Amino acid sequence: MIRVMLPQHLRTLAHVGAELTLEVMPPITQRSVFDALESRYPMLRGTIRDQVTHQRRPFLRIFGCEEDLSHEPPDAPLPAAVVSGAEPLIIIGAIAGG
Amino acid sequence: MSQVRLLVGTRKGAFILTSDGKRNNWQVSGPHFAGWEIYHLKGSPADPSRLYASQSTSWFGQLIQRSNDGGKTWEAVGNKFAYDGVPGTHQWYDGTPHPWEFKRVWHLEPSLTDPDTVYAGIEDAALFQSTDGGHNWQELSGLRGHGTGPNWQPGAGGMCLHTIILDPANPNRIFIAISAAGAFRTDDAGKTWRPINQGLYSKYIPNPTAEVGHCVHHVAMHPQRPGVLFMQKHWDVMRSDNAGDSWQEVSGNLPTDFGFVIDVHAHEPETVYVVPIKSDSEHFPPDGKLRVFRSRTGGNEWEPLTNGLPQENCYVNVLRDAMSVDSLDQCGIYFGTTGGQVYASADAGDSWSPIVRDLPAVLSVEVQTLR
Repeated sequence: MIRVMLPQHLRTLAHVGAELTLEVMPPITQRSVFDALESRYPMLRGTIRDQVTHQRRPFLRIFGCEEDLSHEPPDAPLPAAVVSGAEPLIIIGAIAGG
Repeated sequence: MSQVRLLVGTRKGAFILTSDGKRNNWQVSGPHFAGWEIYHLKGSPADPSRLYASQSTSWFGQLIQRSNDGGKTWEAVGNKFAYDGVPGTHQWYDGTPHPWEFKRVWHLEPSLTDPDTVYAGIEDAALFQSTDGGHNWQELSGLRGHGTGPNWQPGAGGMCLHTIILDPANPNRIFIAISAAGAFRTDDAGKTWRPINQGLYSKYIPNPTAEVGHCVHHVAMHPQRPGVLFMQKHWDVMRSDNAGDSWQEVSGNLPTDFGFVIDVHAHEPETVYVVPIKSDSEHFPPDGKLRVFRSRTGGNEWEPLTNGLPQENCYVNVLRDAMSVDSLDQCGIYFGTTGGQVYASADAGDSWSPIVRDLPAVLSVEVQTLR
């Protein structure tokens, strides 16, 4: 099972807690995780990546195993610890404003 | 017993204010969608329990929410707004071509007859329609494709389609307005469109009488007289007596003819309301006095309405979708400010009182008269 942590507003939108688990068919990549996430929680479509281009929304970052994965290709394998479920894939809203 | 329900969109959520027909005591519900910008929410005239809301942030993009119980519960519906075909380009601020990019939904206009049909005005300017309660959206691309689209240019607030008016006497006729392209009309339910900007004069554009390029801020219509339109342009208050074929200025004795909102009394088609704002660089009322101006003559002659409104040190703005009128016998007028106040008048503007004072900046106010 893949563990995913969402930012607060998306937790509220999807009616989930701080962390959720997903069954994802290999290969385990950002694309496959987001496909599974949006399939189970359709209200999240368009909130993490653009619905047409599938590009990550600019004010969101993707972390796993303390690494910034935001600029990794969507089909690149995720870190082994994320794939095994030892570590969550973390989606974070950028801190912006002042 | 009649009831009034106000749907208030703010920078940080939606609020629903309800009262009986006396409009003295109000209950406040919210924030709904706390922390999100709610540009607009509006109820279906065909089913007042059906509400649609535009929810967005820069972080998470655009959502459309739908309620089937008057705002008690909500469901996220479709939020995919894909331009029809190759989007092409419009003009950027510097006049260079810029690709059409979806940014947000500014305005939602439910059909007058079908609760599942709703129109969305978006930025970058386009008109979308859903016929399944908001689950799926299709562009009415004849608007962008009629010929002038590549010449449209954004206003300071973005290139937004902010006004959608459905003609109650002619289901094939729709009026829309875009900042800063102007007003447009279809007479075939959205297939074909044409600009309706003849008579507008905008001295800040290269050709002040151009077919498109005018920064129309809002347009209002009385439902019993759909051929008469009133417009608050960037500068100038305008009137058309022929469904937009031509316009005449009716700013008259207004202290300034800059502003955003404009609306028409529910029972008096010649009674019009505006809130003059000092200028395009100073978005607050002249002299720090918040005044609604009312014309009972369809324009030109305006009277200030001040009873109950702050008359010193008031520097708020009233945005284009933030005024609405109810249809009770004694017409109620409502508007919200960027300072978070929502003011109500239960006597057609003669006196005002704040319903709430400290909401986030108000982006839109719509009223439902429930009988």
